[in-house]
Amino acid sequence: MESVNLTADAGHKGPSYFLVFIILGVLTLVEVAVAFVAALPDTLLILILLGLAVWKAMLVALYYMHLRFEPSKLWWMVMAPLPLGLILVGIVLIEGW
Amino acid sequence: MSNTTAAALERPTTGPGSGFGVYNMKLGMWVFLLSEVMFFTALIGAYIILRFTNPGHFAEPGVVLNVPLTAANTFILICSSVTMVKAFAEIEAGNQRGLRMYLGATALLGIVFLGVQAFEYSKLVHEGFVPAAEFYAALGRDGAGAVEGGPLYGATFYTMTGFHGAHVTIGVLCLLFTTVMAFRGRYTAANHGGVEIMGLYWHFVDLVWIILFTIVYLI
Repeated sequence: MESVNLTADAGHKGPSYFLVFIILGVLTLVEVAVAFVAALPDTLLILILLGLAVWKAMLVALYYMHLRFEPSKLWWMVMAPLPLGLILVGIVLIEGW
Repeated sequence: MSNTTAAALERPTTGPGSGFGVYNMKLGMWVFLLSEVMFFTALIGAYIILRFTNPGHFAEPGVVLNVPLTAANTFILICSSVTMVKAFAEIEAGNQRGLRMYLGATALLGIVFLGVQAFEYSKLVHEGFVPAAEFYAALGRDGAGAVEGGPLYGATFYTMTGFHGAHVTIGVLCLLFTTVMAFRGRYTAANHGGVEIMGLYWHFVDLVWIILFTIVYLI
């Protein structure tokens, strides 16, 4: 069986967890402000809010779950099902309308 | 714990690879989390359809749900992610004290999150925002077209946030177990797979909430 070095992810230069935390906190405030203060058209509002949410989720996945520092094979394995999720939502949306 | 079980939980430094360059337990957790992605995607997809095909059953953001309270709760969950990742960083550096402190803080923040959610549920139910049509009938309301939200709104809201809350509850229980193990000296700089796996699950729970908060509370 193939023998591999499994500590490759442990040698990365650690990200500033506190900086990511600050960004997540600020983005949460921005989300609430955009939702309740900004007078924006519904479609634009939804796109902005979803964009901010995806941005926050990516920060958590990349830095707190260390996905950015994992071997590329694992990264691709994690990313592969995401289009399936989009397809699922797309089909549900088509069925619904 | 038997020696065999303990050995199986260790984070190996070299050895038979999973083919993905990570140890098997970690790969297993990632595969599990990916199945969870599909689970929550199905819930969110169903919610989107129901929400936009039955607009009369759903209230505008902030009318029924307490957004400032939940935004604060979201911040608590984000804080717990920081303490979790700090716990991992501490044990990577071999700092047992830091590991125990941050793991305990993470569990505590998780419990606070659940407490706030329980308070929110209690308040909503008291105000008549209930999970199913039968409850609306019991309250003498039909709920259809109500500004304050109908049965469909209640059903989808409690399903989505409830499933997430169940995940947080399981996470807190696992965190408490991990914390106890940390106090027993189970983890070291060379062997902390349990902390890493725990962290992956906890961050995923945080990640899901980030999406749910936007879709359920803000849109």
